[in-house]
Amino acid sequence: MTDEKRRVVIIGAGHNGLVCAAYLAKAGKQVTLLEAAAQVGGAAITREFAPGFRVSAGAHLLYMLDKNVRTELSLDSTGLSFSQQDMKTTALAEDGNHLLISGDALQGGNINDGDRQSMKEYRRVMNRFAGVFNRLNNRIPPRLGSRDRSDWTGLAKTALNIRLLGRDDMREFLRIAAINIYDVLQEKFDNPLLKGALSLDGVLGANLGPRSNNSVFCALQRLSGLQGTAIAKGGMGAVSNALAEAARQQGALIRTSAIVSRILMDGDRVSGVELQSGEKIAAGTVISSADPKSTFLGMLGAHNLEAGFVRRVQNIRMRGSVAKLHLALDGVPEFRGLNQNRLGDRLLIAPDMDYVERAFNPSKYGEYSTEPVAEITIPSLHDASLAPAGKHVLSAVVQYAPYQLKAGWSENKAAFTDRVIKMLGVYAPGIHSRILHKELLTPVDIESEFRISGGHWHHGELVMDQFLMLRPVPHSAQYASPVNGLFLCGAGSHPGGGVMGSAGRNAARAVLASKAIEDQHI
Amino acid sequence: MSRNSKNDKTHVIDYSTKSHYLTKVFQSPFYTRQEPLNHLKEWGRWADYLSPHAYTCSAMEYFACRNTCTVFDLTPMSKYRISGKDALPYLNRLVTRDISKIKPGRVGYCIWCADDGQVIDDGTVFHLDEDDYRLCSQERHLDWLLTNTIGFDVRVSDETHEVAALALQGPTSCATLKKMALEGIEKMKLFDIRCFSFEGSQLVVSRTGFTGDLGYELWVDPAHAEVLWDRLFEAGHLHGIQAMGDEALQMLRVEAGFIQARHEFMPAHATVRPTHTRSPFELGLGWLVDFNKPNFNGRKALLAQKNHGHRYNLVKLDIDGNKPARDSYVFTKNKKRVGTVTSATWSPSAKASIALASLEVPHGEPGEELLVEIYYQKELKWSRVMAGARVVTDVFYDPPRKRLTPPADY
Repeated sequence: MTDEKRRVVIIGAGHNGLVCAAYLAKAGKQVTLLEAAAQVGGAAITREFAPGFRVSAGAHLLYMLDKNVRTELSLDSTGLSFSQQDMKTTALAEDGNHLLISGDALQGGNINDGDRQSMKEYRRVMNRFAGVFNRLNNRIPPRLGSRDRSDWTGLAKTALNIRLLGRDDMREFLRIAAINIYDVLQEKFDNPLLKGALSLDGVLGANLGPRSNNSVFCALQRLSGLQGTAIAKGGMGAVSNALAEAARQQGALIRTSAIVSRILMDGDRVSGVELQSGEKIAAGTVISSADPKSTFLGMLGAHNLEAGFVRRVQNIRMRGSVAKLHLALDGVPEFRGLNQNRLGDRLLIAPDMDYVERAFNPSKYGEYSTEPVAEITIPSLHDASLAPAGKHVLSAVVQYAPYQLKAGWSENKAAFTDRVIKMLGVYAPGIHSRILHKELLTPVDIESEFRISGGHWHHGELVMDQFLMLRPVPHSAQYASPVNGLFLCGAGSHPGGGVMGSAGRNAARAVLASKAIEDQHI
Repeated sequence: MSRNSKNDKTHVIDYSTKSHYLTKVFQSPFYTRQEPLNHLKEWGRWADYLSPHAYTCSAMEYFACRNTCTVFDLTPMSKYRISGKDALPYLNRLVTRDISKIKPGRVGYCIWCADDGQVIDDGTVFHLDEDDYRLCSQERHLDWLLTNTIGFDVRVSDETHEVAALALQGPTSCATLKKMALEGIEKMKLFDIRCFSFEGSQLVVSRTGFTGDLGYELWVDPAHAEVLWDRLFEAGHLHGIQAMGDEALQMLRVEAGFIQARHEFMPAHATVRPTHTRSPFELGLGWLVDFNKPNFNGRKALLAQKNHGHRYNLVKLDIDGNKPARDSYVFTKNKKRVGTVTSATWSPSAKASIALASLEVPHGEPGEELLVEIYYQKELKWSRVMAGARVVTDVFYDPPRKRLTPPADY
């Protein structure tokens, strides 16, 4: 085999691309990682958005990082550290009677004893159920209808996972896993603020409302990291840098500002990639951490694929509906009734479930929420390096802002930004006067900055019909694709989005076992 | 790549002007001419059109086609126009044979498959002009054809209702068209296309057909349908021209060994049970699969099948006796069931009971002796016969005039 055929090219140095590169390099592969942007990280980066103010421009909280990745790649020795761990959540109330959620303990917000009790049971079962997903996430999904022994044992293990929950918990798991979080919370709790805050777990980052099916599924996926919420020291970019360092130490070559325009074919096989500059890089294996639409319909081209497969890729549900707000603040913001020591929490604006559902409604019709929901952090409280002395940055995930805004984002971005800031003002009355700079990333901006079709940062809605052997689509769910030598390793593959690294890790294992997969691909 | 390729490229037909909202079914543009000739007053259905089983007597219509010439209404056939810069790469990804070998002015027989290599339909590709093709088939395929446009700069439109078509088939068909003053018609070779000016419109003629005989297919706009029918019957009067229905066509096409959707195979997209479809190899159409051309739908699955073997063989059977073996089981000499008859008829020309049959591999070797279980009824009394049958390779009726250019002037 020539050197060129032995070479592995990975497209995209997002966290999954970096993880995949590190594992393959560790296994002795000759890995070249190509990143279109000037820095590694993809949507897990820290960048300046105003002079002196830096923020995690994409994902801003770390709660799912695959523990295997962290230990196997020794990330703690390559620069990963945390400025805050086990963050608590404060659900903001308009009247200042906020609710503090700390694990299964509740404080404030007129919580009654019944809810306090229910919360303990809710956390217990949700964490057990999340454990089922945790075990699924670390595994190459089994194929259906295959005679391969590893597929059968994979399916058996999945079934066993669920069975081992025990009779009562298994029954509850099967009852709620596919339904909506609105109904589940409605039957368990009284307090509207609590229900609003918990319902947000089921819809954050998704194009779903609390009443949409799959919202329980989404909530379980969020919890599946089985770890507290954390902020990385130096922002999310530091996580990516630690991964890049690990990959380099293993011998991977990382090239930035290298935009892949085409995946090259030689007969039935990939033969390399072509960069926008015209440079061609030969490789026997190409692994894309870009989303499946960009990979298959953009870089590879429909003509190299079969029409049924193309249709399935085209139909992947991945319309982003999440915006990201960054504010540079001239000092610490004040939220009405919120103690200063709680300001570093994960702050939620989701006063009740109907509010969240009403925020979702317009997005179905291509309009943005007039009263959005938000997950707010002020990372500079934990990490002074992000802002000049005495100043602060606020980072908020804001929903809903549909990718295909009927009226067009270019004309309406400013109006939506104003609405979001006005909504912040309801809870933090003086915040307007503290804003030095602001930046809002709509899904269209997210698409162009992070090169994700549809601006959906999970590279495809994270729902049951796009999970396991269905993610991204049947016939490419084991990180392989219909094209020999072409693999996926991004969030579009199982287990999906969130700064997890599991997709990259699983993909690396699939590539290493690829001879078998290639020969019997169905 | 256009994201909204479906919306951009769909050719919208104004159905409000069509009478099918009242009748639930279209009448062919030839209906006013067919109706008086249809002495049986029985109509079958072909997709959304009325189509006669037979006008008078299917046996007479069959003999007319083999001895003089007949007119069969092809209008209900699906006709899709495929044009634009990527028309050729689009078609080459769609079908299994190499379309680049079909030059402008030529027609090619082809099949197309789903991703799993199972046949969706067979049909003919007409290379009308540079980057301009027409695809004809029995079944409707607009959804699949539009799905195939993703990533291609191509326009696909359904012109089933915009093109009226007749098949003129039989030994005197050329003479009839010559009499209609279609100059140079006798020079057309098999699979040629030519355009003629006709009554202020354009008449497209292709030397194609589904009868295995000398014959032509005529394509015209529906406004000129009736005048085309009239001119044909005037010109063919002394050449024994007759209208023909579907029953006679079935006898003709089985004699010619032609397969038909829903007889020899189930269209892959209309089949629920995954093992009930057929691949090209299982229809004896391996010669239509070209692995040396660029990627096409089903390629990977077909390559695997080529290397690892297929499940069925489609064969021609010459059966003892004179009872048509419709829907019969096929057995080996020692009574092991190995397949079913897909189409069967008494062949008046071959003077034999003939059939097409789908047999499990490895059965179907030329010359293999088999048994066919035929049930038949005489005055309410059922009888069963295990008729001997042989696998044959030659088609049952293949007159040299089918290919002869110029054809003999009958």
